[in-house]
Amino acid sequence: MTAPLTSLDRPNSYIGRSVPRPNAKRLLAGRGRYVTDLRLPRMLHAAFLRSPHAHARIAGIDVEAARALAGVHLVATGADLARICTPWTGTLDHFKGMISEPQLPLPLDRVVWAGQAVVAVVAESRAIAEDALELIAVDYEELPAVVDLDAARAPDAPLVNPAASSNICFRAQLDSGGVDHAFAAAAHVIEEEFSFGRHTPVTLEPRAMVADYEPDSGMLTVHHATQTPYQFQDLYSRHYGIPEARVRVIAPDIGGSFGMKLHVYHEDMAVVGLSILLGRPVKYVADRIESFVSDIHARDHQVKARMAVDAQGKILAMDVHDATAIGAFSTYPRTSVVEGNQVIRLIGAPYDFKSYRATLEVVFQNKVQTSQYRAVGHPIACAVTERMVDLAAARVGVDPLAMRAGNVIPDDAYPTASPTGYRFEALSHEVCLRRLREIMSYDGLRAEQSELRQRGIYRGIGIATFVEITNPSPAFYGVGGARISSQDGATISLTPSGEVRCAISVTEQGQGTEAIVGQIVADQLGVAQEHVRVLTGDTEVTPHGGATWACRGAGIGGEAALQTARRLKANILEVAGLILQEQPGALDIVDGQVVSVANGQVRLPVAEIARIAYFRSDTLPPGTQAQLTVSHHFAPQGYPFAFTNGVQGCYLEVDIDTGFVKLLKHYVVEDCGRIINPMLVDEQLRGGVVQGLGAALFEECRYGETGQLLNGSLADYLVPMAMEMPDIIIDHVETPTADTILGAKGCGEAGTAAASACVLNAVNDALTPFGASVNAIPITPARVLKSLDRY
Amino acid sequence: MSSAPTELDESDEAVRVRMVVNGRKVACDVAPRVTLVDCLRGQLELTGTHVGCEMGACGACLVQLDGRAVHACLMFAVQADGARIDTIEGLSESGVIADLQAEFHRRNALQCGFCTPGMLINAHELLSQVSRPSREAIRDALSGNFCRCTGYEAIVDAIAAVAEARAAAAQGRGDSSR
Ligand code: FES
Ligand code: FES
Repeated sequence: MTAPLTSLDRPNSYIGRSVPRPNAKRLLAGRGRYVTDLRLPRMLHAAFLRSPHAHARIAGIDVEAARALAGVHLVATGADLARICTPWTGTLDHFKGMISEPQLPLPLDRVVWAGQAVVAVVAESRAIAEDALELIAVDYEELPAVVDLDAARAPDAPLVNPAASSNICFRAQLDSGGVDHAFAAAAHVIEEEFSFGRHTPVTLEPRAMVADYEPDSGMLTVHHATQTPYQFQDLYSRHYGIPEARVRVIAPDIGGSFGMKLHVYHEDMAVVGLSILLGRPVKYVADRIESFVSDIHARDHQVKARMAVDAQGKILAMDVHDATAIGAFSTYPRTSVVEGNQVIRLIGAPYDFKSYRATLEVVFQNKVQTSQYRAVGHPIACAVTERMVDLAAARVGVDPLAMRAGNVIPDDAYPTASPTGYRFEALSHEVCLRRLREIMSYDGLRAEQSELRQRGIYRGIGIATFVEITNPSPAFYGVGGARISSQDGATISLTPSGEVRCAISVTEQGQGTEAIVGQIVADQLGVAQEHVRVLTGDTEVTPHGGATWACRGAGIGGEAALQTARRLKANILEVAGLILQEQPGALDIVDGQVVSVANGQVRLPVAEIARIAYFRSDTLPPGTQAQLTVSHHFAPQGYPFAFTNGVQGCYLEVDIDTGFVKLLKHYVVEDCGRIINPMLVDEQLRGGVVQGLGAALFEECRYGETGQLLNGSLADYLVPMAMEMPDIIIDHVETPTADTILGAKGCGEAGTAAASACVLNAVNDALTPFGASVNAIPITPARVLKSLDRY
Repeated sequence: MSSAPTELDESDEAVRVRMVVNGRKVACDVAPRVTLVDCLRGQLELTGTHVGCEMGACGACLVQLDGRAVHACLMFAVQADGARIDTIEGLSESGVIADLQAEFHRRNALQCGFCTPGMLINAHELLSQVSRPSREAIRDALSGNFCRCTGYEAIVDAIAAVAEARAAAAQGRGDSSR
């Protein structure tokens, strides 16, 4: 660490300060510009006919009547788009042995999930396009569908992909050694099985894009509601054979993403092709019903776990098996096995034990693809680990908080590694647990709980310790051959009038990327934040980078901004030194003024340097070339990931007559390293927690026997609403990473990582007097009543 | 099947709808099947009103119709004929929700902002009926507004703070007029 980044008393010191987001006022006035809002000249609208079957052969498609409808410009089938788009396969080299079928925008002869897009219509309005869909006749021959996880793994299961020998996509095994020995020697062995339902991100703005191919220049512009414009620039370029420099992807305001909008969707690829075929802008916005059957789903795991514990309650070993079903193929370009891979690698991660064994089995089934959604794998790993810790604590007879305090990796043991090979630079489990005890008034809550139990009120307290993977290096995707960058770049200019403009590759979906980048740049340059303008999300304007995913925006993007700003500042001071006949080292910038370091005396406005450099370079010494624009990239080095950690607590009440769970209060202690804007971090945590609480209690994609999604609307699929959600109390520990100057790590997924684990433990805690136990998520009233033998 | 372009049928014929939108008289020619939200967002280019579910479940499309909050996705535009419609754009310009907007901004009670116009319209409605709602009552009133980003707490805090400030200001006015 080289700079006192948090001395909030000096001017322009924005790192560590809760300042509101400058770009939020527009949104409050209804002046956001989302892709959904966009209208271009000559723009047409696409709609898709979808498969009613989970698995069927396409015997024939009759589109004549649809083509004839007034206002229809194009009806395209799989064959039409296959002529111009090359197929893609969702595998990566570092997942040895994984398989997946090649995909095209629209299928040629077989559909593999109910809701898959089969035929595209482009018309003058969405309504006309939808009218035309009704005139299309598709002749299907139904094939046996593989619907649930166990059925998919059965030896005689029908094949999701007939060219494969089984429904297995990927298998992985981890073994640190010594597991059998540890179990044989253990005083207690705890076993449990878990199931985690499928859920789906439900961003309030659905997927949306406008593809605009201009045939004369051969230029493709895609206005795309995505987190990762550079990734899509690369994909559209390669799959449609357009030079990269002629593909521009613009991500304007985006109504939520959470990982969902960084995957390749068949419709999105199709829309690009439709625009190429027509030479006109084509817009597609998924409606809510389409979103439910075509956005990625997530989770869907069945986990068997065993834990060996000694007589004093020390964890000795864990042995787990995770089976997860991902849909009919693996998602492109990030695959669908990252979640399972992270589940088996994150289980047990907060705890100090040596012997670990895990098996992962990833299987295909005839449902929509699952893939990375906020907190990828963490909620599963955390729920399994933390429930096992609670069961062990109960078996040994120790309090759950004490059990954790006795087993987490001690704060003075770093650097160290997990039994699965994750390397930890510095975590703070012990201090986080102590803080949680305080902010929860843990002992008081326990007393209240036992007092209320006497009166027939059943409250539960749940604790969940977690680690979170942030700031990923190329070890995440790059090594597997994916053209997904782990570096980010910034271009910062001092404008002629002395303002600052920063174009950066990390993107904004409301989390506050632009705000924190502005804070960092203003802080490092020594100017007021209102003089810094931040641009994101346009491949033609911003440098190439990884953009925003896996909690890398602050840690990697922030460091890129910091290093670039420091370079620009050095350049500004060099020119200032020439003008003032001073050593640059004797000068500094404070509040937009060049000052003397020695006495703080104001020497010259930065705006004056800009004026001289841009308009009166003749007055500078001969040979001077002022560089007031600096481009600079930062790729993480050192640790492959910057792990963060924390602990959550949950207090709730279970109505044992109805099975309803009332969340009373939620607590988070989080350590994401250097905090740039405490308010924004807290709001990331709150939003993340609530997504995890939704998963814990409500959210589940329910399927019928034939593979039809039964609850695919916002009236049937339950999401967390204000009424059911608790207030969330937050505290922080700051352990900056030494891998960067900034020291920031990610925080966007921490809330989601542990929230459902907390609820699972709290519900089980409430049910203790009944000897009942719940091991499935979501914890619906029916499941609670079933555990009580009341249903 | 005939190969001649199918004729547009009568049900698509446009109907003239007259409304007062954000204080201005407008006339739109819309097909009977066009919803109010599509008319506002499409023909009138008032894109601050959003669409999240098209079935009355998410609250993204709330607008004021004759002073009361309604789901613009659940009405046909023709049903709004003769009505006064106020959208987020109009309410912003008139300044009636400026205090709510400032408090949302100060507390970061929005992230992506897609739910925000609906939240503000609902909050405005609540505060026009109950001057000092409890946190419980605020959460209850928001139970038809889905927000995937914020976790709701900052929104509840912002509305509660504005309610307090408005009540205090009203009291102040009462005192000085005595
Ligand atoms: S779009 Fe009207 S309530 Fe969701
Ligand atoms: S701020 Fe994104 S949905 Fe509410």
